[in-house]
Amino acid sequence: MFAAGAIGSVLLKRNNLAANAWGGGLAIAGSAAGLIFSTSILFNGNGPSFGTASSFPLLDITFCLDQLAAFFMMVVCLVSLLASIYSLGYVRHYYGKYSVGVLGFFYNTFIASMVLVVTAHNALFFLIAWEVMSLASYFLVIFERREPSNVRAGSLYFVMTHAGTVFIIISFLLMFTLAGSFDFEALKAGVASASPLMKNAIFLTALVGFGTKAGIIPLHIWLPGAHPAAPSHVSALMSGVMIKTGIYMLIRIYFDILPDTYEWWGLALLAIGALSSLLGVLYALSEHDLKRLLAFHSIENIGIILLGIGSSLVFSSAGMDSLAALALTAALFHTLNHATFKGLLFIAAGSVIASTGTRNIEEYGGLIKFMPLTALFFLVGSMAISALPPLNGFFSEWLTFQAMFQGVASFDAASKAIFILAIASLALTGGLAAACFVKAFGITFLARPRSDAAAAAREPQKVSLLAMAGFAAVIAALGIFAGSALREITPVAANITGTPAIATATNGFQSVSIQDGFASLSMSAIFVLFAAAVVSLTAAVFILTRRVQITRGRTWDCGADLTPKMEITATGFSRSLITVTRGVLRPQRETEIEYHDANRYFPKTGTVTMWLHDIYQAYLYQPLQELTTVIANKITRVQSGNTNAYILYIFFTLIGILVMMDLKP
Amino acid sequence: MSVTLVIYWSLQILLIPTLSPLLVGVTRRLKAVLQNRTGAPVWQSYRDLWKLFHKNEVISEDASWIFLIAPYLVFAVTLIVGASIPLITTALSNHLTGDFLVVVYLLAFGTFFLALAGLDAGSAFGGFGSSREMMVAALAEGGLILSLLTLALLSRTTNLIAISENIHALPMASFTPIVLAFISFSIALLAENSRYPFDNPSTHLELTMIHEAMILEYSGKRLGLMEWTSANKFLIFISLGANLFFPWGIASSLDPQPLMLAFAALAVKAMIFCAFVAVLESSIAKLRILRLPELMYTSMIISAIAVGLVV
Repeated sequence: MFAAGAIGSVLLKRNNLAANAWGGGLAIAGSAAGLIFSTSILFNGNGPSFGTASSFPLLDITFCLDQLAAFFMMVVCLVSLLASIYSLGYVRHYYGKYSVGVLGFFYNTFIASMVLVVTAHNALFFLIAWEVMSLASYFLVIFERREPSNVRAGSLYFVMTHAGTVFIIISFLLMFTLAGSFDFEALKAGVASASPLMKNAIFLTALVGFGTKAGIIPLHIWLPGAHPAAPSHVSALMSGVMIKTGIYMLIRIYFDILPDTYEWWGLALLAIGALSSLLGVLYALSEHDLKRLLAFHSIENIGIILLGIGSSLVFSSAGMDSLAALALTAALFHTLNHATFKGLLFIAAGSVIASTGTRNIEEYGGLIKFMPLTALFFLVGSMAISALPPLNGFFSEWLTFQAMFQGVASFDAASKAIFILAIASLALTGGLAAACFVKAFGITFLARPRSDAAAAAREPQKVSLLAMAGFAAVIAALGIFAGSALREITPVAANITGTPAIATATNGFQSVSIQDGFASLSMSAIFVLFAAAVVSLTAAVFILTRRVQITRGRTWDCGADLTPKMEITATGFSRSLITVTRGVLRPQRETEIEYHDANRYFPKTGTVTMWLHDIYQAYLYQPLQELTTVIANKITRVQSGNTNAYILYIFFTLIGILVMMDLKP
Repeated sequence: MSVTLVIYWSLQILLIPTLSPLLVGVTRRLKAVLQNRTGAPVWQSYRDLWKLFHKNEVISEDASWIFLIAPYLVFAVTLIVGASIPLITTALSNHLTGDFLVVVYLLAFGTFFLALAGLDAGSAFGGFGSSREMMVAALAEGGLILSLLTLALLSRTTNLIAISENIHALPMASFTPIVLAFISFSIALLAENSRYPFDNPSTHLELTMIHEAMILEYSGKRLGLMEWTSANKFLIFISLGANLFFPWGIASSLDPQPLMLAFAALAVKAMIFCAFVAVLESSIAKLRILRLPELMYTSMIISAIAVGLVV
């Protein structure tokens, strides 16, 4: 179905309207079919595995839809379904500017490849799907190719993702040397007898390879450039789903394929998760480009998911399988939740950007009056990502917290200290995310417009609003009915760790209890109580004050003329937090003041520019690049341009191969 | 569920909003006495609220519906939190909303809307108030969560009412982490309630204010709700401090006599907290805003040590 969508939209390239309807429509149909299929598997236990042998050796096209694959396929299809609905309206602003048919082709290819990635059961086949996914998303990133910054972001993405793929290939080859086949089942059997060194090597290469795709710090540098550059419904997919394929493979390899994990793996993941979540949110705070801000929040949320996976690995290495299942459930739940609210935030941001023509938050303001529904949906997403109850973000963070509390309670010394640090960083992350979304929502939608473009903003098409409403409904439902959702996700984790989690969902008010009542809560009760409190309070105040009059007046600003310049800006809002974390962020500031007179008494205009020193560029990637250049220069000597020399090289290589073949028993 | 239980629950929910203005009045009176002033009677805060609820209201033209509903939302948050924490008895167990993370994040919900309301009118004061509030709230949350975690690990539950019940029975060995966690909690209490040295609750000077700046554009009944909310929050934090760290006197049943005793115990403990805040506000200066994080990091580190000490 995706293939039909892809080919059809290229054929209909000439006609924008038809291409959009065909490409978008088939993407919707495909995602809906995939969603129904994967959900039915989730509810009914393990799904089918099927495959065909191809004419190439080692490459079997095999699929396996176990619970884990079905879960991730469900996430992929859910987000693509809503993003595709949104695209029907959103893509219209590309008419006449860029080819919609090409967009439709890569969009459908992208979704199809993501579905293949999570369902493939053969490493070679997986790598092909993975590569198709990377390339399709690369072409989507550079879709608005007339912007030089997009092309630059695309190139960085291209380089980084292939550097990651190199590590993935090494990882699979290491496993292949033990198994002799690329089938996941065979790999699993082969790795069972691996030496500790080998297992550590596989762990590290997989971590670097899939971590690059997931966007963990310090491998994240492509992410804040690439996600904003793509069209917004693609950003929603990249941020909401594509980076999760990295998470999927980490779970697949560490839990399913590699047996008997080591404790330090989990601890390392915990440390990386803590670092990524905290730094991700701090960088997001300093960002004034709405989509870059959201992209940094993806890094933060990947960090939170890794906290769950890390805890789970620590527990499973210690043999505490039910706790491992609990932590893994938290990670999976957060994966689903992040896909929903980040999808919503990206498409809502897309509407704002399409309507105002800029990504700079400073030029927005007061949009809630011109785009009331978009504002409402963006608010729902902001509240969910800030982990405010009763929405879904809170519940999965609560589960992650509880899993780590169990870690503190059951370990000693170094492991305990790392758990405490991880808890502290998650606590700080929650607060900072709230601060960041007060900024993102407040500066964008509240107060007065700060530019003419903002004052002329209008609501997007109805179909786009429908997609946003769909996301918001899923977010609210996953929050309020978290108990039921948990009951469906628990078996997925239990299927991997072998033991069901201790978390039990009971029916009364959707309440959930962990570890024999160590902790319990009911999201429904929170919602019902809250709604009841608001309603009764409003009624009481209304009755008490029904004779009071309300007048509308101007905001008081010490008698001065009120201009939009008096509102706080995004830079101003985050300045205090950036200043107190300057040890990590390294902010730089430049003040430019123009004066009326030579004596510098009467300033005319003033500009303050704040930016962050890119420490990864300076301390990690710059040295790496220099090293590469040095090595490349050394190697140039081999390339003499002399044909005889080249023939000599070929000769030596041949002899080398022959000797190796001979030595091999 | 029996009728009496419904009555007890309603009483518990109404307890916080009924008593919180009194607490603010007492703190102000104590401060006045310490500063050689006579001060207003302790009932003055009730009169203020009554007055505000009967005044006409002016709302900024720039404000949206966020500004209009925020006071109701933040007040409703304090009502649910009031039902989720131990006040005078541990017999009313709450396994639905009584988790400490629920309470912390519900309070964050309130802060979130308070800060949005501060931005909504588009005044320079409100914006800076929101910015500062979010900085303080974000950094205070770490200390708050870790200090409550210390108690949760000691009492083997994260349910606040159950913590209050279990802390009683602990051996002396757990005394050190409790005291450390309490120090950390106190710092978070001052930060979350806009008290010295974080904020000055009694001025409208733009250099010093955080909370007052955010609610500057409010008037009439909405201002009344906002003031009342911050009083509620103050009482919530004081009861948490009193009943979790030092749960002496709290009733474990619903019989009238222990309830009366528990009420008296809570009153005495609350009075000590008020005196502590009043002394603090009369004796030290407010810290520079960029020095505040040091205090909050201290709070976090102390409670991290406390968590580490729990065996």
